[in-house]
Amino acid sequence: MPKTTAPDTTTGFKPNYSHIPVTKQWRVVDYVVTAVLGISVGLIFWVLALSWKVLELGFQAFPPSIGLIAGLWVLAGPLAAIIIRKPGAALLCEMIAAIVEAVLGSHFGATVLLSGFIQGLGAELIFAAFGYRKFSLWVTSLSGLLAAAFMSVSENIMYNAEWQLGFQAAYAVCAIISGIVISGIGAWFAYRAIAKTGALSSFASGRMR
Amino acid sequence: MSDLTNAPAKVEVQDPGQLIPVVRSTPLVRCNPLTKIAVALILMVGALLSIDLVSAGVVLGFTLIGLPATGLDMIAALKRLWFLPLGALLAAWGTAILAEKSGAVLVDLGPILMTAGSLDAAAAIFVRTLALAIPLIVLASTIDPRDLSDALIQHLRLPEVVVVSVLAASRLLGLLVIEWQTLSMARRARGVAGGSIARRTRSLFAGIFVLLVQSIRRGTTLAMAMEGRAFGRPGRTWRRQSVFGAGDGVAVAVSLGVCALAIVAAHALGTWNPIIAG
Amino acid sequence: MALPITARGFSWQHADRDEPAVGPINLHIAAGEKVLLLGPSGAGKSTLLHAIAGVVPSESGTATGELLIGDCPPDPRRGETGLVLQDPDSQVIFSRVGDDVAFGMENLGLPAEEIEARIASSLARMGLALPQSHPTAALSGGQKQRLALAGIHAMRPEIIVLDEPTANIDPDSAGAVRDAILETQAATSATMVIVEHRVGLWLDHVDTVVVLGRQGLITQGPPRQVFGDPQIAGELRECGIWVPEDPEAVANREPMAGNRATRATPNPAPGSTGEVLLRTHRLGVARPRAKVAAATDIDFDVRAGEALGIIGDNGAGKSTTALTLAGLISEFDGEVNAFGSLRSGAKQARPFRWPSAFLAPRIGMVFQEPEHQFLTSSVAEELALGPRLAGWSSSDVDERVEELLHVLGLETIAEAHPQGLSGGEKRRLSVAAMMAPRPRVLIVDEPTFGQDALTWAGLVELFLDVLARGSSVVAVSHDHSFLDAIGARRIELGQPAANASPATLSEAASDRLSRSERVE
Ligand SMILES: Nc1ncnc2c1ncn2[C@@H]1O[C@H](COP(=O)(O)OP(=O)(O)OP(=O)(O)O)[C@@H](O)[C@H]1O
Ligand SMILES: Nc1ncnc2c1ncn2[C@@H]1O[C@H](COP(=O)(O)OP(=O)(O)OP(=O)(O)O)[C@@H](O)[C@H]1O
Ligand SMILES: [Mg+2]
Ligand SMILES: [Mg+2]
Repeated sequence: MPKTTAPDTTTGFKPNYSHIPVTKQWRVVDYVVTAVLGISVGLIFWVLALSWKVLELGFQAFPPSIGLIAGLWVLAGPLAAIIIRKPGAALLCEMIAAIVEAVLGSHFGATVLLSGFIQGLGAELIFAAFGYRKFSLWVTSLSGLLAAAFMSVSENIMYNAEWQLGFQAAYAVCAIISGIVISGIGAWFAYRAIAKTGALSSFASGRMR
Repeated sequence: MSDLTNAPAKVEVQDPGQLIPVVRSTPLVRCNPLTKIAVALILMVGALLSIDLVSAGVVLGFTLIGLPATGLDMIAALKRLWFLPLGALLAAWGTAILAEKSGAVLVDLGPILMTAGSLDAAAAIFVRTLALAIPLIVLASTIDPRDLSDALIQHLRLPEVVVVSVLAASRLLGLLVIEWQTLSMARRARGVAGGSIARRTRSLFAGIFVLLVQSIRRGTTLAMAMEGRAFGRPGRTWRRQSVFGAGDGVAVAVSLGVCALAIVAAHALGTWNPIIAG
Repeated sequence: MALPITARGFSWQHADRDEPAVGPINLHIAAGEKVLLLGPSGAGKSTLLHAIAGVVPSESGTATGELLIGDCPPDPRRGETGLVLQDPDSQVIFSRVGDDVAFGMENLGLPAEEIEARIASSLARMGLALPQSHPTAALSGGQKQRLALAGIHAMRPEIIVLDEPTANIDPDSAGAVRDAILETQAATSATMVIVEHRVGLWLDHVDTVVVLGRQGLITQGPPRQVFGDPQIAGELRECGIWVPEDPEAVANREPMAGNRATRATPNPAPGSTGEVLLRTHRLGVARPRAKVAAATDIDFDVRAGEALGIIGDNGAGKSTTALTLAGLISEFDGEVNAFGSLRSGAKQARPFRWPSAFLAPRIGMVFQEPEHQFLTSSVAEELALGPRLAGWSSSDVDERVEELLHVLGLETIAEAHPQGLSGGEKRRLSVAAMMAPRPRVLIVDEPTFGQDALTWAGLVELFLDVLARGSSVVAVSHDHSFLDAIGARRIELGQPAANASPATLSEAASDRLSRSERVE
């Protein structure tokens, strides 16, 4: 088959193999896929919540080290932001994930809604700071970092209130490290794997070349 | 509203996309979705504020007594929710080992030391976990996403494009069970299912990833189909009016009563143990 | 008020492809015109329809030229277009039948009473006689297609775009569904574009035929002019368009009429002499967790070298039966047992009990929805998977893959991701992937939908090859010419009242009588 004539010779839409969405306006597909991501991550959260107490046992030697896996709680935000690339995606997705987790039922109950909001906000702020124009591994890691930082502060108030300050600080450090590794770098590689299957062809994030 | 809702009692064919099927139409089932959410949240507050056996026990007891009012298929519910008591038990176990050791020593197996105090705490955690989880799951199972979107848009004035898109996608959550069955069938037909534990684990994770990717694709097509039917056009109307009836008032009043009872009883019996130290 | 559609040098290229999906085309469709869009599989018909409906996300590729609906570029938010996608499975929006039909009307802002009235009548016109509270997750393939059509019927849009609207609908009621679509068109004198491979059903009812080739438009004109000219007709045949045999055949109302329907049927086992491979005994089938059977008392043998066609109305339980036969879901009642060479080496007679690695090389199953069964990330890998697992040498595997790619015209997309193909390409790939390891029994669910004449013939050739090698084929199909072509004995699953609209019921019943004579 012959190659087409160069696209720029004719009028009409411009070619846009860009990594930044054409507009910041949300399309229907953005909402739907954000919800799909939120639901999927919500399922992971739910399984994690159910096994949380057991996991805690494994970190008994030094309780604050549980922070080393707590970073998983902020996965939804960076993942949605890097895929959808629209303002608010991280927040919306983390909220949906929290709602799913709550509805499926875990002993954290409705408090997860509050956590979801705080963590989503953390992830969102980084992308906002870059004006939703920069989507790289670094930005995603930063977003995982801030989300985890927000999380550790709120968790220290909500769940770890009786710990001494030193423990709380240690928890925060552990959480931030895991936030960067699991929810920042991890989200980035999850996104790359999804994009490789061609499933993101409707998104700017799907342009791998 | 009851005449316009699809009274689930009339459904002869069960919805394979429902987590727990509703088999009878009861006044509670016919309540507005917002009422159900409110009831769940109110009950939750009753069990949330304090970690103690009494307040959680009141909420859980009431929930269990009220279960028949939800019209759910109890056997299916048991099959779906068996993990809840299990999870609660694990949580309790963790607590029994970790909690402050006070009172008489009851169990002493080297590292596993349980005392009257820690067992008390464990029992409270067990009951509280169930009391927090069950009302929300049970009530959420009786909500048709469609009714919920009507209510959210008409009463809470949430943006309709967002609500309808998210709820249409949430239908995929119910479908995940069927999708998983289909995917397992496909893997079996292709000869990649079964085998050693390592292979099974690997194919489990591969399957989860495929499911995720499939859901994203489905979501993309779904968005196309929705736009193809004029979705996003301003001036949307609703087939049904979401309304509140007397039943809604009763449900909220009863749940407020239970919540108050839980808190008062815990104070009266001296077990009140608030989560935010005060 | 209908709107015209104009394309000037319009083309669309998916971002991950090297060639445009729709070649640059110039096209004018007048307001209120009824257009039948034809073209070989993969020519870009679906893509063009999506562009007309304005639902292709601008991020997903590059457009050139311009496409106008009336005077402006397409925009779904104006609410003038009603689109039915090719894949019936992923366009179900809500979980109840009534709500799903109402969706489009609500978007258009119709008053509630009007919506209620139209839901019932549209469902009835599409022959979906189910309560409005029926769960959409429990619909069969054809029922989902009817549901999507009912949604458009109720909307009465000014532009109707339908992608293979009757591909999954049983032939007995395809005519009734078509009439209901035409009635919608007449009500608003909408501009209508329909994609369909089998021209017979629509030919008398459209004003214009547009033929899309891989490089652009091939021809456009009234049906008689396009098919009447022997030279054009020959050209069309060459690129795979189903052409009615002669001008008289234009009047042929037989839904599944195609130019190859009369192909000779070299059935290798006329007297059913081959050994029995599978036998059902008082079989009742149902989906997992369903409480009532979808079909009951099914008794038949599957013999080596023999082709068996399972036919029946939408929702009759054909797909469920196929899945049960393939050992993928458990029998609801009665049993399925394997015999002879199929059974040899197995401890259990019921295929449902076989481990996956044992089952796969013996019984192959092609699902009704192709996207369900793809496991790898490229077309070629997908074809190689079965033979590789069956322990073929790598040169044999490569040879087999080459052969299948060639026969089915998939060479150019050998490296593409299976989920990113056109509807017909996905169907061919799913059939070929299951055929690749040469199972003893091949069970296929609607193997020919979305195929043009050439790819259809390619599939038939492959099936005849399977039969000639002594394997057996069980085909669930609405495509009678396909069943004829592979010389299939027919088994009809019945459950008449559920779907047929009152108008077609008596017709269908009499047809069933005459057809049952052909059934052993
Ligand atoms: N989402 C996608 N991403 C990349 N390529 C695609 C996508 N969808 C379709 N294509 C490719 O674009 C070309 C045209 O596809 P299209 O679905 O429009 O064909 P079609 O004419 O409808 O074929 P069929 O009759 O088989 O349905 C095909 O080569 C197909 O592989
Ligand atoms: N996942 C499901 N869960 C429950 N019931 C289902 C499911 N899928 C289909 N059904 C129901 O089972 C019956 C048989 O469905 P099946 O898919 O076997 O029909 P079919 O004969 O293949 O129809 P079609 O020609 O439309 O594909 C139908 O009445 C359908 O409504
Ligand atoms: Mg197509
Ligand atoms: Mg079927």
